[in-house]
Amino acid sequence: MSDTQTPAGTPGAASSDAPSTATAAGNASSAAASSGRSFLPKSTLLRHLLVLVLCAVGAVALLELTEPGTNAQISSVAYYAIAAGGLTLLTGLNGQISLGHGALMAVGAYTTALLLDVDEGEPLPLPLIFLIAVAATALVGALVGVAAARLHGPYLAGATLALAVGVPGLTLYFKETLGGEQGINVRIERAPDWFDEAINAISGENGSQTKWLAYISVACLLLTYFLLANLMRSRMGRTWRAVRDQEVAAELAGISLGAWRILAFVVSAAAAGLAGAVLAIVVRLAAPGSFLPVLSLSLLTAVVIGGLGSLFGALLGSALLVFLPRWASDIGRDSFDIASAQASQAAYVVYGLLLVAVMLFAPAGLVGTVRLALLRRRAARATARAGGR
Amino acid sequence: MEQFLFLSLSGVIDGLVYAAFALALVLIWRSTRIVNFAQGSMAAATTFIAVALIDNGLSYWLALVVALLSGLVLGAVIERVVVRPVEGGPELNAVIVTLGLFIAIQGAVALIFGVDQRAFVPPVSNRFFQVGDGFTLGLSNNGLYTLAAVLITMVLLIVLFRYTRVGLAMRASAFGQEVARLLGVRVGRMLTLGWALAAVVGSLAGILIAGDVAFISPNFMDTLIVFGFVAAVLGGLDSPIGAVVGGLLLGLALNYVRGYLDDSLLGMAALVILVVVLLVRPGGLFSTTPARRA
Amino acid sequence: MAEPHGATRYGGGRPDTAVAGGTTTTTALLEVQGLSTSYGPVRALDGVSLTAEAGRITAVLGANGAGKTTLLRTISGLVRPTSGKVLLDGEEITRAPVEAMVHKGMAHVPEGRGVIAELTVDENLRVGSLFRGKVGREEFDRVYDLFPRIAERRDNPAHTLSGGERQMLVVGRALLARPRILLLDEPSLGLAPRIVAQIFGLVRQLVDSEGLSVLLVEQNARSALSVADTGVVLNLGRVVVTDDARALAADEDLRHAYLGF
Repeated sequence: MSDTQTPAGTPGAASSDAPSTATAAGNASSAAASSGRSFLPKSTLLRHLLVLVLCAVGAVALLELTEPGTNAQISSVAYYAIAAGGLTLLTGLNGQISLGHGALMAVGAYTTALLLDVDEGEPLPLPLIFLIAVAATALVGALVGVAAARLHGPYLAGATLALAVGVPGLTLYFKETLGGEQGINVRIERAPDWFDEAINAISGENGSQTKWLAYISVACLLLTYFLLANLMRSRMGRTWRAVRDQEVAAELAGISLGAWRILAFVVSAAAAGLAGAVLAIVVRLAAPGSFLPVLSLSLLTAVVIGGLGSLFGALLGSALLVFLPRWASDIGRDSFDIASAQASQAAYVVYGLLLVAVMLFAPAGLVGTVRLALLRRRAARATARAGGR
Repeated sequence: MEQFLFLSLSGVIDGLVYAAFALALVLIWRSTRIVNFAQGSMAAATTFIAVALIDNGLSYWLALVVALLSGLVLGAVIERVVVRPVEGGPELNAVIVTLGLFIAIQGAVALIFGVDQRAFVPPVSNRFFQVGDGFTLGLSNNGLYTLAAVLITMVLLIVLFRYTRVGLAMRASAFGQEVARLLGVRVGRMLTLGWALAAVVGSLAGILIAGDVAFISPNFMDTLIVFGFVAAVLGGLDSPIGAVVGGLLLGLALNYVRGYLDDSLLGMAALVILVVVLLVRPGGLFSTTPARRA
Repeated sequence: MAEPHGATRYGGGRPDTAVAGGTTTTTALLEVQGLSTSYGPVRALDGVSLTAEAGRITAVLGANGAGKTTLLRTISGLVRPTSGKVLLDGEEITRAPVEAMVHKGMAHVPEGRGVIAELTVDENLRVGSLFRGKVGREEFDRVYDLFPRIAERRDNPAHTLSGGERQMLVVGRALLARPRILLLDEPSLGLAPRIVAQIFGLVRQLVDSEGLSVLLVEQNARSALSVADTGVVLNLGRVVVTDDARALAADEDLRHAYLGF
């Protein structure tokens, strides 16, 4: 039950007793972590803290150097990436597929919208609202997880797809409270003065509302990834991997498979809830049209293309989700004279084909494949050195 | 009472369409142990082909034939090119491949035909029959057409599988791949043929449902893939007869939900039925064997 | 104990094709030359060479894990060898597709009966003759005459058959392919001795009366040697000895070391 297994690189040729090749990136990442890098601290927590600080600095630089339009897109990347991070933990580490994460995001978004939609007086502070949204979604996730823990593969995919199809209908049924087809407009307070001053001090610009929301989104993203990264490297992460690859051994070792699968679903759902909350304030609307099954499929696309089990891969995949449709509609409008809504559909063709291609040719995804190549090269160099002596 | 009768009749008609779609899923599951989540997108694609042809002046029947033939080709090509490499591999990989096709085909349909809704006029009237003074029957000419189309398809499938050599070879390939190969059956071809046939049945279901809902958009089959899956699981996913019975039961159940509760709860109702079946009887409603691992 | 001539003992090397002193002239129908097969890092067959003569029963014997089943699976193409050749009547078939083997006259009855449980008995037989196109009813009747027990159950699903009946069904099904050579994998597995004797007796009868050739893989060496002409003993993927079946059965050391009786 260690990380010694090497994922099969040949597509389709994997024998049935080998661990699912789709989750190879999860193994590769832990292998890379255990080999260690000299310039980073030994302790995982310290190392992650250092990375967190570096990323925060980078994010501020990125947000200040780009235009408001790009700021808004970065917010979108952030909420996709938060949900995708949760999903990559569930699917990559624990081997459970979910096509229902879009529906879980809806729970977070509607909770946030309802709590912000107060007729009189001040709404609760935003962090508290986010926490409630996360808790509510985690609770729903626990319910889904109880059922999901007993299903696998296509059965789980079908059941969670049913969730993704069913949940938007609920918002129509309870249209008194949830606003029906139009949804709920999300009212959010203007950015506080200290934010304006801080931005002014950093870049000399004004702290616009878009920028305020972008900072909130990115902060949520960094916090989520920091927590998820530590979780994945912890004993819990190893247990989830064991539950995925070594069902029998794990059970013999006294690990309750069901409980761990439910826990993975809860953690993953919590991330989806936060993603929904961020989505609600960024697009300023919680409506059923935002949570169609295609959202869930897009999230899956992001984590598979990036590399199952890799947070960095989930982030890259999420960036692709935001920028690809835009490029596609630009190209469609400029070169082919197609309406941009129609042209942006080309992005879905690309996602779908990428999903298929990744499964056929590089089941470890982008990050996993690069990592495997690096590991292989390092191993080859090590053997060469050992042989030369 | 009148409403109950109405809902029961329309439930049977809807159920037949679900059954056809479930049958398509079962055909593929039996032979390759893959749930084809792209079935809905594939059916949407062929339905849009039919719409485009009808809009260009072709008759409904000719368009139907072309659509079914494109389904045949689409199914065969997909199996041969992208599904074959993941057959027998880790199940998650196969699931993701069919989901990729789901997204890609839906995107392609929207890219080619646009994202707007299109009208789809069925070949016969959609108006419910009136009996006596104001008693509405849950049946229309289009309902009767649907009934006939699905029943003919089922009879053809039964004849194919029970009484023809190809059908026997397909069943042998589905149930005992290795033995079939040793006996000289071209298993690969049979699997391709299975996917092609399933795509034809799925396409038919798509066109029938399009005539029922009257307006279609590229994602109009999203709910049907779920309903078809639920119907197939109700019947045990392995059994064509189970799929038909599962489809009819689901059609009835959903029509009662529609009539006595609300349209918007159909998806949730399907989810509840699915989860209950999977947790209580993972082998389907009619399984006699001990519960299979779901 | 006299060393039987023409036999290779305990060390591999190329086995002689002549059997029992070269008085009978026989032709090699199936020839396996230096066949090696690996499952990942595990080598299951290591340079196996053997010959199955036309009109004879050649038994491949050995303990569990000796590579017997792998040998048959490699010959029929279910497993691809890493090196070596398989020749059927002089034609190389090493890399021919599995589906083509039956056309070339080779019928492989796999381990564990190989009935298609969901199909009826009659359908199982029909699958066996599918590749030949239209096959007359009398050929089916002949199989049912050979095995009256399965004739009674022709419309029952195959999963309702007993172990012995299943074995009869798969042998009958293989015969419908009109093979020149029949590869039988562990037909005695889990069957009562009486039924084993019955099936082996029938196979012997077909060989003698119709010139069928059989490559029989068996762990039950005693029964196999009682019916076979030639025996090949396999151990850990290598040929240990090839000899006349009676000579092998008489060799006490060999029996104790490799055949377990």
